[in-house]
Amino acid sequence: MFTGASQFALVGVLGAGGGTLAAVLTALLLGARNSLYALSLRPYLDSAHSSWWRVLGRAQITIDESTAMAIRYPPGSRQARHAFWATGVAIFVLWNIGTLIGALGAAALDDPRVLGLDAAVPAGFIALLWPRLRDRSTIALALVSAAVAIALVPLLAPGLPVLSAALVAVIAERFIARSERTP
Amino acid sequence: MIWPAVIIGSIGAYLLKLTGYVIPARVLENPRLRRLTGLLPVALLAALVAVQTFSVGTALQIDARLAGLAAAIVALALRAPFLVVVLVAAATAAILRASGLST
Repeated sequence: MFTGASQFALVGVLGAGGGTLAAVLTALLLGARNSLYALSLRPYLDSAHSSWWRVLGRAQITIDESTAMAIRYPPGSRQARHAFWATGVAIFVLWNIGTLIGALGAAALDDPRVLGLDAAVPAGFIALLWPRLRDRSTIALALVSAAVAIALVPLLAPGLPVLSAALVAVIAERFIARSERTP
Repeated sequence: MIWPAVIIGSIGAYLLKLTGYVIPARVLENPRLRRLTGLLPVALLAALVAVQTFSVGTALQIDARLAGLAAAIVALALRAPFLVVVLVAAATAAILRASGLST
């Protein structure tokens, strides 16, 4: 599994005593955004050389980070494809080495919080979010999504509060569509 | 039973990604879906930031992660690169905990 939030969720649910089905569902619901990343990446990555085996490779390394790096460049450009592959492959290698070290070193490390590793996770996500906050409506969407997710943390199973932000985005899209029709 | 979950989850996660590449491209011409695909990462990333900062399982907790996040935002405002942002956040939380100022 190469999609960080899903991996964390899978391990988290299993670790908390959840069953196989609950763990897989939570991970897949969290990973569903990758389909939309793939969808939005198509114009950025498509070229005359998009053979089927390239697409199979692309799919595996389609994650937050490779998407964020690719969409900084013009759609269909060489830079966009290079940024996507370089980021995806580098993170794939490092991530799995990290996972292996984590699996082997978990017993040796009493508490990852001592190193502040738990604080590194939200920092990584906000670094990905930061360049997307382009105007007032995206900033408002980010704030509302964060507030809704926090409010739902005590009420829903782990993983679902984050997914609820997708509904916030669907509602926000309707608002933005309406405001564009009546300028 | 860890491996069934890992294997089924991995196959499912891959197929979700592949779906986005192989569905008919004309779906992308739908302006509503186009707008939505731009908004979804903003909403989901913001929710991930919030949940990863304030939650412990299904409980809410304010701890050194919040200071780490604040430090990350300062670093981002100063246009620091990704790795610096992450390291600044981790170091801030680690120092606060080592000094006993925060949990």
